Amino acid sequence: MNRLVALLALLPLSVPAAEIEIALAIRDHRFEPAEVRVPAGQKVKLVVHNQDSSPEEFESHALNREKLIAPGSKASIFIGPLSAGRYAFFGEFHDKTARGAIVAE
Amino acid sequence: MLGAAIIVFREALEAALIIGIVAAATRNLPARNSWLTAGLGAGLGGSLLVALLTGQIAELAAGIGQELFNAGILGLAAAMLAWHNIWMARHGMELAGNAKRMGRDVTSGTREMSALAAVVALAILREGSETALFLYGLLTGGEETVASVVGGGAIGLLSGALAGYGLYAGFVRIPARLFFSATSALILLLAAAMASQAARFLVQADLLPSLADPLWDLSWLLDDRSISGRFLHALVGYEARPSGVQAAFYAATLVLVLAGMRLSRIRPRLPAPG
Repeated sequence: MNRLVALLALLPLSVPAAEIEIALAIRDHRFEPAEVRVPAGQKVKLVVHNQDSSPEEFESHALNREKLIAPGSKASIFIGPLSAGRYAFFGEFHDKTARGAIVAE
Repeated sequence: MLGAAIIVFREALEAALIIGIVAAATRNLPARNSWLTAGLGAGLGGSLLVALLTGQIAELAAGIGQELFNAGILGLAAAMLAWHNIWMARHGMELAGNAKRMGRDVTSGTREMSALAAVVALAILREGSETALFLYGLLTGGEETVASVVGGGAIGLLSGALAGYGLYAGFVRIPARLFFSATSALILLLAAAMASQAARFLVQADLLPSLADPLWDLSWLLDDRSISGRFLHALVGYEARPSGVQAAFYAATLVLVLAGMRLSRIRPRLPAPG
């Protein structure tokens, strides 16, 4: 048992929680703000609040992320550490209007 | 209408390709159609339930419920596919070689079929719940009429199903000698793809380190959003920008399942049919 605990302690499964939190809102099928600046090289927690009455899917190919967000609820998405650059994201269910980007610098 | 058709097609394509492979790989197993139908029904029913509970699932485990749920489903499906390949390494030749022998192994064949029916159900569950939510959003948003949403959804679903059927029809034309290797290889890659996607959700939930994000960027060569990119994503887990831990999960699944298949093949078997 002790050996098991020691073994588990060696596994780097729990990485430290992100320190930077960025809030985004979805309103009328648009992201607000549509552009977010984050520091490069650091893990960031995006908190997306869907204020519409219909569900949305936060999706980004550049960031390799996807998450459904129920109406009225908040979703946390961990991203990074990112190298400097622009990373587009969109709402898959309303991709004509729901567009935005993360700029890491 | 077009919007509904395109999204439903994208979601249906992934599930349909998985069902096409599973249907081809199990064509010699007893009561296949009933099992696949049961998997289909369970998946559709489960989709509606998951869609209804999306908000609650997302709030579980301090906001990472959705990631844990998706990773769990993908992990379970990958495990069942892995088990199928290991089982087939032992029994597949007998099934292909002599259909009569199959009768002796009905219990084992049933267990096998139930595992693959579960894979079908899990594939539909994941894609179906998203589709249901999307269509619900369109209907309640009042941007489109009911007829246009239902019509678009039906077109998308049919096109996706057609692609899955095309894959199946292509597969069953492969000569018997090669068929077994071809389906095993595709199922092996499918299991690895699911393991890699499960890892991606665990990174998104901050439960696994990404190791490198991205490990490489092939989006200049084949974009995730292109039709061929989506096809390869569903079949072999192609991603233009995978993280390091995804590649590690992919490779580990390949190695472990291949080792399992090899071990299971060299165990003593009943004498081959004369």
